[in-house]
Amino acid sequence: MLRRALRLRLGPCLSGRGLGTYRGGSTLDWNGKVSEIKKKIQSIFPGGAWSPLYDTSHLPPERSDVVIVGGGVLGLSVAYWLKRLEKQRGAIRVLVVERDHTYSRASTVLSVGGIRQQFSLPENVQLSLFSAEFLRNINEYLAVVDDPPLDLQFNPSGYLLLASEEGAAIMERNVKMQRQEGAKVCLMSPEQLQKKFPWINTEGVALASYGLENEGWFDPWCLLQGLRRKLQSTGVLFCQGEVTRFISSSSHMETASGEQVTLKRIHEVHVKMDHSQEFQPVECAIVVNAAGAWSGQIAELAGVGNGLPGTMQGTKLPVEPRKRYVYLWHCPKGPGLEAPLVADPSGAYFRREGLGNNYLGGCSPAEEEEPDPGNLEVDYDFFQEKVWPRLAQRVPAFETLKVRSAWAGYYDYNTFDQNGVVGPHPLVVNMYFATGFSGHGLQQAPAVGRAVAEMVLEGHFQTINLSPFLFSRFYFGEKAQEHCIL
Amino acid sequence: MAAPRAFLRLVAPVWNRGTCGVRGLSKAVDPEGSQRKGRTLLQFLTDRFYDVEAVREYLLRKQVLKVQKKNRSFTYIEERYGPYVAGAYFVLKQGGTVKFRDREWMRANERGLSSLEFRKLQEVPVEAVDASGCAINYQGLDNLLALKELQSLSLRRCPHVDDWCLSRLYQLADSLQELSLAGCPRISERGLACLHHLQNLRRLDISDLPAVSNPGLTQILVEEMLPHCEVLGADWAQGLKVGPEKQSRDAAGSPIPA
Repeated sequence: MLRRALRLRLGPCLSGRGLGTYRGGSTLDWNGKVSEIKKKIQSIFPGGAWSPLYDTSHLPPERSDVVIVGGGVLGLSVAYWLKRLEKQRGAIRVLVVERDHTYSRASTVLSVGGIRQQFSLPENVQLSLFSAEFLRNINEYLAVVDDPPLDLQFNPSGYLLLASEEGAAIMERNVKMQRQEGAKVCLMSPEQLQKKFPWINTEGVALASYGLENEGWFDPWCLLQGLRRKLQSTGVLFCQGEVTRFISSSSHMETASGEQVTLKRIHEVHVKMDHSQEFQPVECAIVVNAAGAWSGQIAELAGVGNGLPGTMQGTKLPVEPRKRYVYLWHCPKGPGLEAPLVADPSGAYFRREGLGNNYLGGCSPAEEEEPDPGNLEVDYDFFQEKVWPRLAQRVPAFETLKVRSAWAGYYDYNTFDQNGVVGPHPLVVNMYFATGFSGHGLQQAPAVGRAVAEMVLEGHFQTINLSPFLFSRFYFGEKAQEHCIL
Repeated sequence: MAAPRAFLRLVAPVWNRGTCGVRGLSKAVDPEGSQRKGRTLLQFLTDRFYDVEAVREYLLRKQVLKVQKKNRSFTYIEERYGPYVAGAYFVLKQGGTVKFRDREWMRANERGLSSLEFRKLQEVPVEAVDASGCAINYQGLDNLLALKELQSLSLRRCPHVDDWCLSRLYQLADSLQELSLAGCPRISERGLACLHHLQNLRRLDISDLPAVSNPGLTQILVEEMLPHCEVLGADWAQGLKVGPEKQSRDAAGSPIPA
């Protein structure tokens, strides 16, 4: 059959040159063709890549070097930096597994989209600074030949955090640290605040910190699409499916002090297709857990936390989904174009949206009032009782407003210290975490992606040292507490 | 993913390769000579798809590096002659014009910029900069922001000035009185929101900004934001649609000016 196919091309295709003449490596000689055909025939047999019985194009590949569980901004960022920092082009095969390709419940796209450097930990400030630089030069980082440039719709209006008497000293200390790290933040007294933003009621405000540069809000969907487009051009594979199982092997080892330790290594990831029982076992070398609000479940699948409480074996990943509401309202006499993202000491925040005097905002509820994260239904009573009174007290113009719409999204909330978990697990040696950022994951995603890629490729953090964010802190009890959470 | 692609690869070399690899064929006269050559070139390029893509990425990267090179900071000049001269040198090198206090407008001439003039101008502050059409970007703005007594800045038609650059202009808030951003393709209303720091601004030109979604409304909001400033730009009626009665009158009589 093959010979007949070849003979059909005889007529118009004669180039007149003999066999085996070198034509630049693209044309195989006859021996090369034979060996390629033999390889293809072998793949038809069981165990090979080709299955002639049914279509397998929707399934992920059978093996991949890195499997990233979760296709949100953190997962895509890790994939981007893996591809960017790999030593040779095409050296690493990356597979991104995302359960929901419409991203209907993903935290990335439901986020308010803010970026700030006003944190209480220096590592967080550095992460945000690098991410701001990434977003500023996004068309250099995510450039794809022949595609239009990305427009992130960035509003450089800054964040204005207000502090009452008790929080003023902490705020001053934080601002000093932020300025040392290179963030452009200034402190304002209530009088200066009143002069600059006359629509604020400064009663109860002792101090305010205002970000002047590299702070604001942007469109997270655009960042996600830009990353996806760039990754597709670099050859990262995407798969829609759910991770249901990890096949791993354990080895019992003894530490220098004679303790018994069980180290686990994940060999296969079972990816189940949507609306079907069909699954594909993907052999992998490294698994990255970037599943956001559901990272806890993925970690449990891998056996993190299966052990006696109080041991490293028994330390679970303390990341759980927490539901947060965002409301959109219209206020005809509200703050003007210069309004930053204002955060009240009580936790309520708001920002402008567009040119038409629409505002977005919300508030993180107290521990006792946490809504049930089972669904993404919006509770408008929460706005009436908790958010509106606080905002109206801070901005008197908000006493007359009309809620247009609202939505809810998940925080991948780290119940231990509200900061991200980055780096490998000490016992499941080839699982890396990039999750748990409790509401500031989007703004730190580019920098965290780079850190995880460095950890995977080099074995240690190179640019920003995120050792306070390793998993082992949960066992040792070393909190890296982030106080400025919105 | 999986195998159908592999299957196509099996077929493609057999069907698409024009060049033969079968033993024992004799030479034949080639009737379509020039068409063959064209097809060979295209085939040559198709075979090297990733190489061509790499070349295109390299060319794109070179363009970006060119702009970055133009916007480097001249630390030597700054150490030697001070920030005013460094800023002026930067602007003149890009093709703009500079006005020192009590002097005339200076432009770079063909001979270049002489160090003798600069030695005289070390302590003289720069009052006005006209960087229209220059390739200034976020990095290059460092040189301009060092000119603490700048009163008038014109960034007309600068292709790389975007919202991020505007967020840096607050550093000139004490002295800047006149700012022109007309014709910059990357500035939108989000960047204009950062101009509220410039409370000493008296003239602002925001006309002809293609990236601003609603020029009339933006003008109103900017005027509210900067009450002491005269804002030139879109007329507030631009973007308003003519009503139905007026439309029929228009058809009958003379056009009403917008």
